[in-house]
Amino acid sequence: MRIHLFIACYNDTLFPRTGMAVVNLLERLGHEVVFPLAQTCCGQMHYNTGYHQEAMPLVKRLMEEFRDAETIVVPSASCVAMMRDHYELMAHNANDARMMEEVKDFLPRVFEFSELITDKLGLTDVGAYFPHKVTYHPSCHSLRLLHVGDRPIRLLNGVEGLQYTPMEGADQCCGFGGTFAVKNAEVSSAMLTDKITCVRKTSAEFVAALDNSCLMQIDGGLHRESGGRGTEGRIRPVHLAEILNSTKANPLTAESLAWDEVSA
Amino acid sequence: MSVRVGHTAEKSAFPILAHEILKDQQTRRNVRHATDVIRAKRALRVEEMPDWQELRTAAHAIKTHTLLHLPHYLQQFEKNCIAAGGQVHWARDADEANAIAIRLIQAAAKKQGTSIAEVIKVKTMTSDEIGMNSALEKNNITPWETDLADMIVQMGNDEPSHIVVPALHKNRHQVRELFLEHMKLTELGTEAEDLTQAARHYLRKKFLEVGIGISGANFAIAETGSICVVESEGNGRMCVTMPQTLISLVGIEKVIPKFQDLEVFLQLLPRSATGERMNPYNSIWTGVEPGDGPQEFHVILLDNGRTRMMANVRERETLNCIRCGACLNVCPVYRETGGHAYGSIYSGPIGAILSPQLNGMQHSRSLPYASSLCGACYEVCPVKINIPETLIHLRGKVVEQDQNSITGMFSQEGMGMKMAAHLFEHPRQYEAAQRLARTGQGLFEKDGKLVNLPGMAAGWTQFRDLRALPQQTFREWWKQNKRNKA
Repeated sequence: MRIHLFIACYNDTLFPRTGMAVVNLLERLGHEVVFPLAQTCCGQMHYNTGYHQEAMPLVKRLMEEFRDAETIVVPSASCVAMMRDHYELMAHNANDARMMEEVKDFLPRVFEFSELITDKLGLTDVGAYFPHKVTYHPSCHSLRLLHVGDRPIRLLNGVEGLQYTPMEGADQCCGFGGTFAVKNAEVSSAMLTDKITCVRKTSAEFVAALDNSCLMQIDGGLHRESGGRGTEGRIRPVHLAEILNSTKANPLTAESLAWDEVSA
Repeated sequence: MSVRVGHTAEKSAFPILAHEILKDQQTRRNVRHATDVIRAKRALRVEEMPDWQELRTAAHAIKTHTLLHLPHYLQQFEKNCIAAGGQVHWARDADEANAIAIRLIQAAAKKQGTSIAEVIKVKTMTSDEIGMNSALEKNNITPWETDLADMIVQMGNDEPSHIVVPALHKNRHQVRELFLEHMKLTELGTEAEDLTQAARHYLRKKFLEVGIGISGANFAIAETGSICVVESEGNGRMCVTMPQTLISLVGIEKVIPKFQDLEVFLQLLPRSATGERMNPYNSIWTGVEPGDGPQEFHVILLDNGRTRMMANVRERETLNCIRCGACLNVCPVYRETGGHAYGSIYSGPIGAILSPQLNGMQHSRSLPYASSLCGACYEVCPVKINIPETLIHLRGKVVEQDQNSITGMFSQEGMGMKMAAHLFEHPRQYEAAQRLARTGQGLFEKDGKLVNLPGMAAGWTQFRDLRALPQQTFREWWKQNKRNKA
């Protein structure tokens, strides 16, 4: 299958590993990945912060970039939620019939990463190997807007050697919330403290999710707590795609996810 | 028009109020404990309902229909209430409503021959919205709150921190201290039963002595002209049956067309609010009944910014609210801050959309941003108000206002957002910016992490660490390794 990748601007800039994992995994499964180079952003940051006018051209150009794509994968649940929840509404509010048609044509071709693997490719076992204890944080947008349900858990359980351990208070927000994390930084970090307590209780080595944004929040909190001292016992946040891309031949290691502790 | 929402206009922005509350560990423990308990009870009582989603859909449909035909149903209510012996007054805003109430109370006191005007009050958040108590006090009328939690708030010269459980931020021991002081008691046990007994003795006297009652309304039924109040304590039942004169303050959005509509709402409300299958006390009354209950009954129908919300479908939906507080109990933001951080008597997710709209976006402009948009509120809302979508809509209005002002236009956020949008529209410049950020980050990099970032990003690095940008973006990796194939 020919699969177009929308990487999401923040993954592109901050979390390239996730994109590489998606590409390598899909190629390993025998698919061809296309990355349209002119893609940038889905408009979520602007739209959710109230900059609706500024979000509009971003939405339009994204749909234009993927006009010919048959299947689009997005390793960011919140970006997919932006598309499914707001694109139609934006077209409606702008009274733009042509845009509405484009949105209706675009949306059925979009798959969040775990949806692509389970629904479109029909897989729960992708031949991955990851002999570690892993917990899962269902990001709010994947849980309540996309309703991905147990798809990510089924995928985790399909990984050889992986020991999945559920998290208490899993449906509680980690406190990221886009610009909320900086506009209400203090409350955001109080929410994060609660989430980290739940993550720690699982005694997992890794915490997986479908959104690097939430993982960045958790990672930033865990690192701050540790005071940057040592890596022993540190829980590593990691995108589900990286776990599914881990094989016996090319295993994902905790060290590869470590912060660069040495002065640059 | 002077629309007023409690003391909102005098309050600081949400992040500033939240900063103070986050330091108050006792309050945070109280809020956390109380919301956890109610939340679990609600989940239990909702789970047992096979047709919960259908009920939500029905409630949303009834409210939508009613709001679209609001003038019709309000006039129908007025006609039927008057026919049953009630009197109906219309108030455009807080001042008008208070003036009507004061006039009615003074007339009733005169008729009852009491020298000191006093009123007993129950279950009316709307009276807090219009600042009724201070208006009454200014006119030498003493209001006595008789809902247990409202009484606690009044005794502590406090403000409600929750829509349904206004004293949720106080624990039993703090309540005991207040009772000892205000009821002038020398001894008082520490158990909930002891406190309830003390409150009972204290309040019973008021119920027997005060001849004027003020209530709110959960529903006003157009078809019959009836008012419905639900509660757990029975103090409300006392308040609406014991006094000679009863005044009910009713927001115009509280009207429902038919008596039968209660079937839907009385299933949704108690389960959502307190996790009960049914409220212990459901009081429904129609006009006056000679020789039984109040012999003089007034309804004050209050607008106070509500009609302004009717024009836009997204804003109108907020008026569906039946004040169950379920959205507060599941909100991860409210869980950390409690209600006082919202600077409005309507707190939590519903307060974050209701207060700014009631006051026409004049105040509470920080409230639409007091949410991580996690969506838990929408999931539990019994009348299906899409709170996250409404928050985003209101954020749009805040930004629009800002962009029409000089200071807003040149704000750090506004300029940053414009710049980001420009880069996202021009991929080559976007790529150049990615490279520039990687080079520029050296200024803030320490041990592989970024510290003391400037501007808005400072909010991040103040509380969390941030990894330094990786040496290669995804697109750079793609160009290097994959481009030829694609």
